[in-house]
Amino acid sequence: MELNFTGTDICAVGGTRSPAEAHYDVVVVGAGPSGIAAALEAKQTGASVLLVDENPVSGALMGNDVPLYFGGRMTAATQNSERMLEAVFMSMPALEQAMEAGIELLLGTTAWGVYRNGPGMQSLPEQVVGLADAERSWLVGFGRIVLATGARDLALAFPGWNQPGVMGAAALQMLLTRYAAFDGHRVLILGSHDLALETALIAIEHGLEVAGLVEVRATPQGSAGLVAKLAAAGVSVHCNTAVASAQGGINGIEAATLSSGKTIACDTICTAVGLIPSIELVDAMHGPRELDAMRGGYVPVGEVTVSAVGLCAGLADSGFDHVEYRMDWVRAVAASSAPDTIICQCEEVTRADLLGVQPPNYLARPPAMCARSLETLLNDGPANQDQIKRLTRAGMGVCQGRRCRDQVAMLLALESGQPFAAIPLASHRAPVRPLPLKILADWNEPAQMEAAWDVWFGIPTQWVPVEDIGTPFEDEHRGMLYTGMYK
Amino acid sequence: MSGSEVVIVGGGVTGLSAGWWLARSGVKVTVLDKFIVGWEASGRNGGGASHYSSPLFDEEQRLWLQMDDLLGYPTEHQKERILIAMTERQWEQYRFVAARHQRLNHPVEVLDVKQVQEMVPLAGDNCFGGVHYKFGGHANPQRSVQAYAWALQDLGGTIHQHSPVTGFETAGGKVTAVKTATATYGCDAVVVAAGPQIPQLMAQLGVDIPLAAARAEMIITEPAPMMPLGGVDGHKLYGRQTMRGNLAYGGGPHEWIDVDEVGPAARPSTSLARNLARRLAELLPKAAHLNVIRSWAGVVENSPDGRPIIDRLTSPDNVVVASMSGVGFGLSPASGHAIRDLVIDDKCSFADINILKLSRFAGLEADWRERRGWTALA
Repeated sequence: MELNFTGTDICAVGGTRSPAEAHYDVVVVGAGPSGIAAALEAKQTGASVLLVDENPVSGALMGNDVPLYFGGRMTAATQNSERMLEAVFMSMPALEQAMEAGIELLLGTTAWGVYRNGPGMQSLPEQVVGLADAERSWLVGFGRIVLATGARDLALAFPGWNQPGVMGAAALQMLLTRYAAFDGHRVLILGSHDLALETALIAIEHGLEVAGLVEVRATPQGSAGLVAKLAAAGVSVHCNTAVASAQGGINGIEAATLSSGKTIACDTICTAVGLIPSIELVDAMHGPRELDAMRGGYVPVGEVTVSAVGLCAGLADSGFDHVEYRMDWVRAVAASSAPDTIICQCEEVTRADLLGVQPPNYLARPPAMCARSLETLLNDGPANQDQIKRLTRAGMGVCQGRRCRDQVAMLLALESGQPFAAIPLASHRAPVRPLPLKILADWNEPAQMEAAWDVWFGIPTQWVPVEDIGTPFEDEHRGMLYTGMYK
Repeated sequence: MSGSEVVIVGGGVTGLSAGWWLARSGVKVTVLDKFIVGWEASGRNGGGASHYSSPLFDEEQRLWLQMDDLLGYPTEHQKERILIAMTERQWEQYRFVAARHQRLNHPVEVLDVKQVQEMVPLAGDNCFGGVHYKFGGHANPQRSVQAYAWALQDLGGTIHQHSPVTGFETAGGKVTAVKTATATYGCDAVVVAAGPQIPQLMAQLGVDIPLAAARAEMIITEPAPMMPLGGVDGHKLYGRQTMRGNLAYGGGPHEWIDVDEVGPAARPSTSLARNLARRLAELLPKAAHLNVIRSWAGVVENSPDGRPIIDRLTSPDNVVVASMSGVGFGLSPASGHAIRDLVIDDKCSFADINILKLSRFAGLEADWRERRGWTALA
C-alpha cells in the first residue's frame, strides 16, 4: 500500500485540547491573608480575579496529610464538610470582603497543576490552571497566577513516627485555631525556634498541656521574649537531645523517649523544626526556584506571569539558617535511631534501604544487589534524589512525598558528605494533590481528542509483523487498525 | 574482539544492553551519557515487552524470562498481557489482532467478559471482551535500566554520566575516538544509541539519520490490589500494574518537538493527564476511585516508518547506529544482542534484521517530516 501523506499527523496533539472553561486576568491560589490581599489588590486594578483555596479538604485527604501534616489527630468534626466550610469563613473574615469586592471565590477547590507553553511544549491554546473539587476537575485560563499556597512542616523519621499523633506545627495550629478539631491533650514539641515556641504558646492558650520542648542544640533557638513567656508558663526545654523513639497503642502516641534516655508521656508529638514553602505548583510547572536557607528552603523566583506571596514565597528572613538547623535535627535523629527506621511511610522504606539503594522488600536481593549502595552509586556521579527515589521507592507513595521528600534529601546530603544544596530535590508532578481517576478525568473532552487518539503514534507501518511486510496481510492490517492517517 | 575497546554513546536502555552484551564477550566497554543512565525515554515508558511485529521478537521473548538471573539485579519482569476492548470497534480490531497472532502461531486466547474479570478484577461489565497474550510481559523501566548499568559495571565496563559527547575523531575510514568536553576516549568501534540526539551526532560524521522527536505522556495511580494479570492494555491505552500495585498508563496524542544535540530542553507533561485518566477509569472502572499521584512526559524519536534502525555503517565502518523508534525498552535484551553481533561479527546471529537497515530510507524525501506532519509546533 502506498502511503499518501497529507502534511498533517492526525494523531498529533494540535487542536485536540479541551478549552479552558473560564478565563480570569488573575488567579490566586490560596485564600490565606496574603492570597486575599493579592486578590484584592488585583481587583482594584479592574482585573477579573479568581481566588481558590483547597480548604476545607475532605477528612480522607486530611488523613493523607493534605495539605498539612495532620498526623491523624483530627476530631470527627473534620468529617462534617458544612461545619468545616463555615469554620474557614469564620476564621478568615476577609473572605467576605473579597467576595463583596467582586472576586470569584472557590473554596474546597484544589489547584493541582499549571500548564503553559515553553521548551518541549507549544500545543496549549493558553496557559491554564487545573482545578478540582469533590465532584470534578476543570481548566481555567489566566493572564497571571499568584501562588499563596503557604508552607508545610518538615517531618522527621524516628522509630514510631508512623503512628497517629505525630504531626506538624502548622497542622496543629490549623486544627486549633481554625477548626477547633484537634484530638489530643498533651503535646511534646520538637524544636525551640520561634515556630516551636509560638506553637507551644498557642497550644497552652487553647487549653492543651505542653509536655515540653525538645532541642538538639545546646540552647533554645527562638527569640528571648518567647522563650521567657514559655518559661513563665512552666514549660521546660530539653536541650542537647533529640527524640529517639515514640511509643504508642491503639490510639497512637502515648510517650516519647529522648536520646538522653528520658521518657515523656504525651499523646501528640508535634514536629516544629521547620516550615517549608509549598512550592509544588511552581516545581510541577518547571518554574524557576532557588534555595534560600534563611527563608526556609526552596522558594519560587518570580516571573512575569507567576508570582508567589506569603509563606510560599519564603519565611521572613530573621538571620536564622533554617536548612542548617534542620540538618542538625535530621543528623541527630538518624544518629539515635536504628537503620531499620522507616523513612518513607507510604512505601515502607527504611533508612538502611534508602542509603543502601535497595529495592522494595517484595523484590529479590541477589548478592550483586546487596553489594550496591549510595556509596557505589556515587562513583557514577553526584547523588540525584529522583534516581534514588525510583530505585528505592522512597517518596513514590500516595502522600506524593509530602512526608519524606525533604528529609530524604537531607539524609542523602549527609550520607554523601554534601551540603543540602547539592542534592537536586525530587521533582513534584501534577496532580500535586492525589486526585481520583474519575475526578481528574475529562468527561467532556472534544471529539477531536478521540479522533486523534491512538495507543501509540498511529504510524501505520510500525506494527505490521515483519512476516507480513509486502504481503496482502500488510494492507489488511492497515485497513483494520488505521482509519485515518496517511490514507 | 576480546580486549578491544568500544565506546557506547548514550546510556539509555539500548546502549546499556549493547554495552552489557559486548562486555559479556570480553570487550572493554565505555558508556558515555549526557546525564544519568536511563533518564530519558528508557526510564519513563510503559515497560511493555511484547514486540511481536519485530524481527527481534523471538529473542526478546526468550531473554526476558532470564534477565533477572543474567543481570543479577531485579527488573520486575512479569509474564503475559491482556488486551481489553471497550467499544465495538476495538473488539473488532482486537479480535483481528488475535487472529493474526493465531496465524503466526503466537499463543493467544479470546476471552469473554467474565474471563476478563477473572484475570483483571478491576475490569467492569462495560467491556466487550479481551485477548489474552500468553507471551510478552512487562518490567520496571527504571529498575531495568539500572540493572543493565550495574551488570555492565560488574563485567568491567565503565559508565561516565554527565558526559555529553561533543564529537568524534576519525582516521582511515574509522572513528578512532569519541570526545566529550573534558576527555577523549580512543576506540576500536562505536555504538551510537543516543535516541533523539542521534541525527545531530551522526551529522558530524556526515551521515544522515532520519529521526524525529516527540513528547508522550503517562499517568500513575496509587496502588490497587494486585491482579492475577498486571499487563493490561486496551481502550487504546498501554500500561501495566506495577509489582507494587500502581496502575501506570499512557497513550493518546503526541507532540512533535525539536531536540538539539544536548537533548530535550524539558519534558513537560500536560492536561492530557485528564484524557488518560478518563480512559483508564473506563478501562478499569473498579479502579476509578483510585488517586492519580503523578504524571510525566518523555521524549522519543521515530524513524519515518516507525521501525527500528539497527545498522553498521559502511563509512565510517566501525560505527553501529541504533534507534528503536520509540519502543526500545521491551526490545532491549534482543537489541543489545543484535548490536553486539554487528559490532563483533558484522552480522546478527539470531535473526534477519536487514529490514532495520538504513538503506531502506535511501529514497526518502528531504521534507519527509513535513510530508508526515511530524514537525514541531511554532
